[in-house]
Amino acid sequence: MFLEHVNPLQASIFSSLAVVSLLLTFVMLGSHWLQNYVYAFAVQSWLIAALSASVGYFAGYPELYVIAVLTALFRGLVLPYLLMRIIGRLNAKRELHAVLQPSSSLVLGALLVMFAFVIANHMNRQSFLAAHVVVMALTIMLSMKFLGFLMLAVRDEAVSQILGLLVLENGIFLGSQILVPGMPLLIEIVILFDLLIVVACFGMLVRFLVVHAGTTSSRQLNRLVG
Amino acid sequence: MAEYLLLILFAAPLAAVVLSFAVRSSRLSEYVTVLAAITDFVISIPLLISALGGPITLAHNYIQVDPLGAWVIVCISIVYTLASIYAIGYMRLLNEDERLPLFYGLFSGFAFTMLAACIMNNVGVFWIAIELTTLISTFLVGFEREAESTEAAWKYIVVVSGGISLALLGTVLFYWGGSFVLGPSYAMTWAALHKAAPEVYPPLLLVSFLLVLVGYGTKAGLAPMHTWLPDAHSESPAPVSAMLSGALLNASMLGIARFLGVVRGASIDGFAHSAVVGFGIFSFVIASLFIVRQTGIKRLMAYSSVEHIGVQALGLGFGGVFGVAGALYHMLNHSLNKSLMFFGAGNAMRAYGTKDIPGIRRVLSVFPVSGTLWLLGAVGIAGAPPFALFLSEFTILRAGIGSRYRWAVIVFVIFLIVVFIGFLSHFRAMYFDEATEQEVPRLSGTVWRTLPMWLAFIPLLVLGLWWPHSLWDVFARICHDLMGGAQ
Repeated sequence: MFLEHVNPLQASIFSSLAVVSLLLTFVMLGSHWLQNYVYAFAVQSWLIAALSASVGYFAGYPELYVIAVLTALFRGLVLPYLLMRIIGRLNAKRELHAVLQPSSSLVLGALLVMFAFVIANHMNRQSFLAAHVVVMALTIMLSMKFLGFLMLAVRDEAVSQILGLLVLENGIFLGSQILVPGMPLLIEIVILFDLLIVVACFGMLVRFLVVHAGTTSSRQLNRLVG
Repeated sequence: MAEYLLLILFAAPLAAVVLSFAVRSSRLSEYVTVLAAITDFVISIPLLISALGGPITLAHNYIQVDPLGAWVIVCISIVYTLASIYAIGYMRLLNEDERLPLFYGLFSGFAFTMLAACIMNNVGVFWIAIELTTLISTFLVGFEREAESTEAAWKYIVVVSGGISLALLGTVLFYWGGSFVLGPSYAMTWAALHKAAPEVYPPLLLVSFLLVLVGYGTKAGLAPMHTWLPDAHSESPAPVSAMLSGALLNASMLGIARFLGVVRGASIDGFAHSAVVGFGIFSFVIASLFIVRQTGIKRLMAYSSVEHIGVQALGLGFGGVFGVAGALYHMLNHSLNKSLMFFGAGNAMRAYGTKDIPGIRRVLSVFPVSGTLWLLGAVGIAGAPPFALFLSEFTILRAGIGSRYRWAVIVFVIFLIVVFIGFLSHFRAMYFDEATEQEVPRLSGTVWRTLPMWLAFIPLLVLGLWWPHSLWDVFARICHDLMGGAQ
């Protein structure tokens, strides 16, 4: 594993990029405004692109540059653009009826990160110098999973739910850049395109929701129960 | 030879998609879809036979047809065939003739992605194929464009995308675990992961396995991740419900079966089987309780799917030749029987103009023939002889008695009785209760809507009376692949 040979400077570059990405998830969690979510998501994607590029540079995986460019392009530009269009069409600027106040969801989010750390710590048995980067990557991977699910659970607006799903995927992507930089290029590219299709589908579905269900808030989607 | 079979298998639905979208004639797209489906069914059997002679590997090891995948292809193409015939009769009732090419295009595309998932040898690409099935079927679920069906489509895509992303995380962690053994860069095939599994640090392997189990379990409809399933199955058009239930769930179970194969021989093997048994029994119990108090006819069928996917999970979890063979036989039988049930439900729904069981009364006076088939199908799906599900459930029970999960067998048997009573009491009410208000239903079954019911019913009866020896050979072979010849 390439992390066995990184020097402290490289390790701290990886860590800081990953940690700032995690913080941006908290920005999404702590805000009511849909636009802020999208901006935070875009910045997060750019950071992940930077992470891909730096791992590619330090660990000698030139194909990661391709991933970095595609990540910045798709996750950093195209997806936020599509999301902004959806928001513009919906005329929904902020989350009105969140189940949890932003402050409580921040506290809950912090607890989930601790939980993620406990699990990550159990999953790792490496003990070289930069092993803390491994634990951190695992922690961030898992905690962005938890935070994404938290966002899905406590937010009603359709756009927030799409963003929750995108955070789930960003977490995996971020972790995989550090843990498995040697993952076949083809798969990563296909997953990126797949994400684009996902958001396009969501966009169409949101339009159907407005027309046929008359609402984009999952709170009002309560016809089907039992 | 096998390459050509594979080529035709995928060219047929693809041609149906292209023709449906290009020509935009609703009649043409109907017939092209049926033609493609029948072609796939005809092709799938020689494909299974040639896969038995040894796995067929193509495209730099990205594609591999093994007996297990070929078996699921057979099940999927059977449902594809039945559903596309039924769709001709059913979709014409919706009076949306101009949108039919769109429907059939998506329908064949859905079949294409499910078939593609079965032959993916690369774990990452398998995940992508499963994800694509979600994206295409979402629009089929929401096809009727009413408030309920749009809501069902939204819940479906959100819940399933969330769930399936767990499977992606699990896949990445599997790859990471493997990279300690096989080096930082290797082809992520099922065989490679299996080779690496015994050497991977057990807690890491355990977390990875649980993530993929929950992920693909969401897609397969295992409780408690099944919440999308009753909505999606009940709100989509009846042929799509049959495809979701009879084909899609199988494709997702394939993922669980393959990952069980991956961890075989590793230290967590026993725990992995216990987890699958746990999800299976929980699904079975939850579904049977919901079956008892259900009031919607298609939701009743949907919960029955949760129940039967639970049974399949039990079979895989119990393991051994009986468990695996029972689960695979159950897969085929459930595909046939659930298609029959959804076709009957679609007929009833259209005739009575309601989805509620209390609104459907005196079915036999409206549908003398297809109503009889539907009732016999209900007896079959409740697990009674002489229908095929009885045989496969019985085999799974035998596997359970011989395993260390006797407690699960006891729970299974108790709730089988609950399902039997609950399910059939709804049918008793629909067939033999007096109608509260005399309302003359509008339509009777046409050939298009009755023929696929016969086509599902006859093999169901035959397979219930006679378990062909050649099928047993297929299952023994698959079990050998999955279990490494043990037991």
